[in-house]
Amino acid sequence: MSRTLKAGSRLYSAACTTEVIVVKAPPGEVALTIGGAAPVDAADERPEAPAVAAGHEGPTVVGKRYVDEAGTIEVLCTKAGHGAVALDGEALGVKDAKQLPSSD
Amino acid sequence: MHLSTLVEMIESGLEDRALLQHDGPVTGAELVARARAGAASLDGATALAYVGENHPLLPVALLAAALAGVAFVPVNYRLEDEQVHELLDRQPGAVVLADPRTASRLAPRRAVRTLDDWLAVDARAEGPAIEAPATDDDQVAIVLYTSGTTAAPKSALLRQRHLMAYLLGTVDFASAGEDEAVLVSVPPYHIAGMANLLSNLVAGRRLVYLRTFAADRWLDTVRRERITHAMVVPTMLARIVDHLDGAPAEVPTLRSLSYGGAKIAERVVRDALVAFGDTGFVNAYGLTETASTVAVLGPEDHREALHAEDPAVRRRLASAGRLLPTVEAEVRDEDGRPVPAGGTGLLHVRGEQIAGEYATGSVLDADGWFCTRDRVRIDADGYVFIEGRADDTIIRGGENIAPAEIEDVLLEHPTVAQACVVGVPDEEWGQRILAVVVPSAGATIDAEALRTLVRDRLRGSKTPEAVVVRDALPHTDTGKLLRRAVAAELAAAPAAP
Repeated sequence: MSRTLKAGSRLYSAACTTEVIVVKAPPGEVALTIGGAAPVDAADERPEAPAVAAGHEGPTVVGKRYVDEAGTIEVLCTKAGHGAVALDGEALGVKDAKQLPSSD
Repeated sequence: MHLSTLVEMIESGLEDRALLQHDGPVTGAELVARARAGAASLDGATALAYVGENHPLLPVALLAAALAGVAFVPVNYRLEDEQVHELLDRQPGAVVLADPRTASRLAPRRAVRTLDDWLAVDARAEGPAIEAPATDDDQVAIVLYTSGTTAAPKSALLRQRHLMAYLLGTVDFASAGEDEAVLVSVPPYHIAGMANLLSNLVAGRRLVYLRTFAADRWLDTVRRERITHAMVVPTMLARIVDHLDGAPAEVPTLRSLSYGGAKIAERVVRDALVAFGDTGFVNAYGLTETASTVAVLGPEDHREALHAEDPAVRRRLASAGRLLPTVEAEVRDEDGRPVPAGGTGLLHVRGEQIAGEYATGSVLDADGWFCTRDRVRIDADGYVFIEGRADDTIIRGGENIAPAEIEDVLLEHPTVAQACVVGVPDEEWGQRILAVVVPSAGATIDAEALRTLVRDRLRGSKTPEAVVVRDALPHTDTGKLLRRAVAAELAAAPAAP
């Protein structure tokens, strides 16, 4: 199911416990899935028996940021889960850690 | 993004991690529970102000304010009573917390509680949690009063989105190892104190607080608590170097020591690098209005510059390093026109973390640029050299003179520990240049020799008309030189000694 994403919006996986925030939204409509299912906009919209689809296993790790190769999308995981985040069927990868020294 | 998101992330990713210590370790889960209960107690408040020394559970108050959707307002407890009340009067409806001594000072005139009392009664881990935490990232997260070295203090506003942009742009969540601990000694009313607290919470590093700074206590604490990271302002680093007096620091656990917040003498950095051996040094440059750091000089830069033969590389030790990848910069002249590459002008910055806003309104231009009012030069490799505040520029006979340039020359002389160069009104020249110096321990100042040094190194028009010797220079307690006070004193006593 395609939809337009907005930076700052929160998404809840319908297949696992994963929660993400959209840091950078891709242009136009895209099909984002977490654990193989389109995420929902509120925790209470989740199905009663969520299940991660085969081939969509994660896990997601809290605090990690997930991006596509082209750099069109970035989501921040705020709650971990078993599913993987994918854009138009392609699993997102973990964004490389920053190489900045601790300035404070 | 909003700090309430960080609270959720701590709850799910750092729940078992000891993040604070107060009568034993405080886990992420306890911090979150206390912050949620503290937030519930702020129902109806417009802000949460704190006037006091550092406190090991200060992060509870900051996060509670964020969850409640109100600003956290740390106020300098060292100000006169009258000034503290004036700043607190700017926050009608705020819940005011303080350390015990400050609370008793303020109590006759306003309702105030100690932070300890609020923690024991309201912000208990078992207390009822706030039902609907705030999420609007346009809310004001922190109000900080600028130090006011050039004018009366301004209320700088940092919104949730600025803080989170800074944090997401510079720190990886839970990236610290379980053995890592940071020593916080910068006061809470300083942007570096707030950034220190938040960055290390995001990293998952245990925060150890030094209530008030003293060089020996700082070194003892680093050794005892096996501190791996620390941030100090330049005066603190100078005091540590003085205290060591040439001896090695002997802090084998300390991996990273960052400094910033005011200008530092290059000599202090060189001495510190030698004394601290293996510790990596980081110079951070930023302003309250830029939500902390916008440029950093990292450990590699420090090491290279210390040993380099190439003068350009050696000079980097006096630079603020390079801009963060998330911040854009432009150097412009007083009329707002970009200066040619490598030229000196006013630093303008732009980026998601750049707040550039006061209680009186935003000062960002139409394209989102914030003028720092710092005069800088950016070299071909991207290193930023800060030449001082534009407002400190001395205009003598139509020539613009940066006091820092003259001070740097004076500070090279072994008899000079501190130097301050100011312009005072002059009928003939508009302003004339005076220097005030503080001698190094046991040294005697030869004013003529110092004037000759400046004349030889720079030129006649930049030579101070007189060099005045003083026992001390006035600084803010975070190390910023109070030039206004020096200039006012000299202008009031025009007969140069």
